[in-house]
Amino acid sequence: MKTTYREAMREAIRDALTTDERVFLMGEDVGRYGGCFGVSLGLLEEFGPERVRDTPLSESAFVGAGIGAAMAGMRPIVEIMTVNFSMLALDQILNNAATLRHMSGGQLGVPLVIRMTTGAGRQLAAQHSHSLEGWYAHIPGLRVLAPATIEDARGMLPSALDDPDPVLIFEHGSLYNMAGELADDAGPVDIDRAAIRRHGRDLTLITYGGTLPTALAAADELAVDGVHAEVIDLRSLRPLDEHTVLESVATTHRAVIVDEGWRSGSLAAEVSARIAEQALYELDAPVRRVCSAEVPMPYAKHLEDAALPQVADIVVAGRAVTG
Amino acid sequence: MTELEAKLRTELLTGMVRIRRFEERCVELYSASKIRGFMHLYIGEEAVAAGLLRALGPEDAVVSTYREHGLALARGLGMDVLLAEMFGKRTGCSRGRGGSMHIFDASRRFYGGNAIVGGGLPLAVGLALADRMRDRPAVTACLFGDGAVAEGEFHECMNLAALWRLPVMFCCENNRYAMGTALSREHAETDLALRASSYGMRSWAVDGMDVELVADAARRAADTVRAGAGPCFLELRTYRFRAHSLYDPDRYRDKAEIERWKERDPITQLAARMRADGQLDDTVLAEIDADVAAELDRAVAAAEEAPLEPVEDLTRHVYADRG
Repeated sequence: MKTTYREAMREAIRDALTTDERVFLMGEDVGRYGGCFGVSLGLLEEFGPERVRDTPLSESAFVGAGIGAAMAGMRPIVEIMTVNFSMLALDQILNNAATLRHMSGGQLGVPLVIRMTTGAGRQLAAQHSHSLEGWYAHIPGLRVLAPATIEDARGMLPSALDDPDPVLIFEHGSLYNMAGELADDAGPVDIDRAAIRRHGRDLTLITYGGTLPTALAAADELAVDGVHAEVIDLRSLRPLDEHTVLESVATTHRAVIVDEGWRSGSLAAEVSARIAEQALYELDAPVRRVCSAEVPMPYAKHLEDAALPQVADIVVAGRAVTG
Repeated sequence: MTELEAKLRTELLTGMVRIRRFEERCVELYSASKIRGFMHLYIGEEAVAAGLLRALGPEDAVVSTYREHGLALARGLGMDVLLAEMFGKRTGCSRGRGGSMHIFDASRRFYGGNAIVGGGLPLAVGLALADRMRDRPAVTACLFGDGAVAEGEFHECMNLAALWRLPVMFCCENNRYAMGTALSREHAETDLALRASSYGMRSWAVDGMDVELVADAARRAADTVRAGAGPCFLELRTYRFRAHSLYDPDRYRDKAEIERWKERDPITQLAARMRADGQLDDTVLAEIDADVAAELDRAVAAAEEAPLEPVEDLTRHVYADRG
């Protein structure tokens, strides 16, 4: 069937609400408004206000309430409008969701799913545009997912709800309108492994989330010059499927990492380090990174474009490592 | 005064003595380096734990703070699992991963042991939400100190719980100091019950040095919440006789102030009342002391002998065990 990333996500939530009475959706404007990005449109009418709960603007309270409800047997889906707002709930995510199982010696578990929008590209400036999923991927106790395809938008949520531990799902704002085909029987997907989205022999482009389409476009352009890039979609940022990355690098001997986060201390830095630690002697060129400029995201279109990883930047990096 | 009431008084007294002696032994064990880390003593505040938790049944939930030894004992956890935890042993309630500040018992719905001031309140809201959504007639007692009232999470949670009419008993253990900062130096309005009432919930201030008053107020509050009236707020006016933690040189309080509060020691107050009513004599008191001392000796010996958690299990319980 023809669908969009947004509709696939909505279908995943609808399916979960239908099949599991422990599931409920909670967050700012998820009900009557339909979700600030329209993901949950119509679900309030279908499932009622007990299971599609509009919350006050109290990120810490409703994220923490999700943690408490999860400990008491529910399977909450908490939506936070953007990753920047999730900073207001960081205490709950870091100090409670990620630690309670360990701190209690395995007595407690937090089977909670937190969904949030991430990323730039829509001229929303410095408080609605950042890519901080790499920060969350630093934290033991969490699982961090970044669906970049319609199939993953549909399939990661049910897998996350099946997981006994807290899972954060980062939905890049530029992907919601992405249209494409989805199998009629699409359902849960694996959430442990990276996926090779394009095969190639000359270099490995490693990315995730909102920059997957950018990396694929760059691979198209490189192919015109006869450079065949393999494109890896990490999909899960924690745990990181380094096996798929290292195996690819062992055949291409060149790696470029594309990450919308800031370069310093980024997920791209982690991937680079793992390649350096485990595959240094496979490399025919130094690892390259294409990341966001180290500025708070600016508003003006030309400045925002300049701050973000673009197809041209990836092509330049790809040529540099293969040249 | 009926026999039943006399029995209740004896139980309250025994409950407080158990906590007092436990804490005194903890100081000795800390001085002997058997216990390390931060340790916060409950001495002086025993009436709160002993009085409050009598109002709860096994189906109810408790969320507390890092000053939780007394509450854990009053909730039915054994001295042995607490001491073993503080000794960092495998038989500790959190298998040596929590220590003094992170006591948990999932089977008794005792959810910590939270060492971020205010951080437990959202969990309590979520536990109560789950109970409500699953039609379980449970109450969640959420304990926190006067310091938490200055945190944003406090106000978010008061609002959310009142808005959704959730079955939470917010219990503020007002011991007049947020670590070293006096109530009047921290709050523009020091009547905490008054502030809670602004959220549209019933609130009471209670003499937290009088265990019988605490027990009465707790029963009234729990009945109200259980009857579906939404959350309520109890301000328990109490005082800690010891420093904030064993690291604290206690420079910020007047010694005369401490002595004045000691005149209202909850244990001697109740004991004197019982003696006056012919319910207590030296023999009974000696029996209580001997029983508690024996229980403590057994717990210390067991903690000494218990094995350490193997280092090979260091990373266990970060995520659920799989496979």
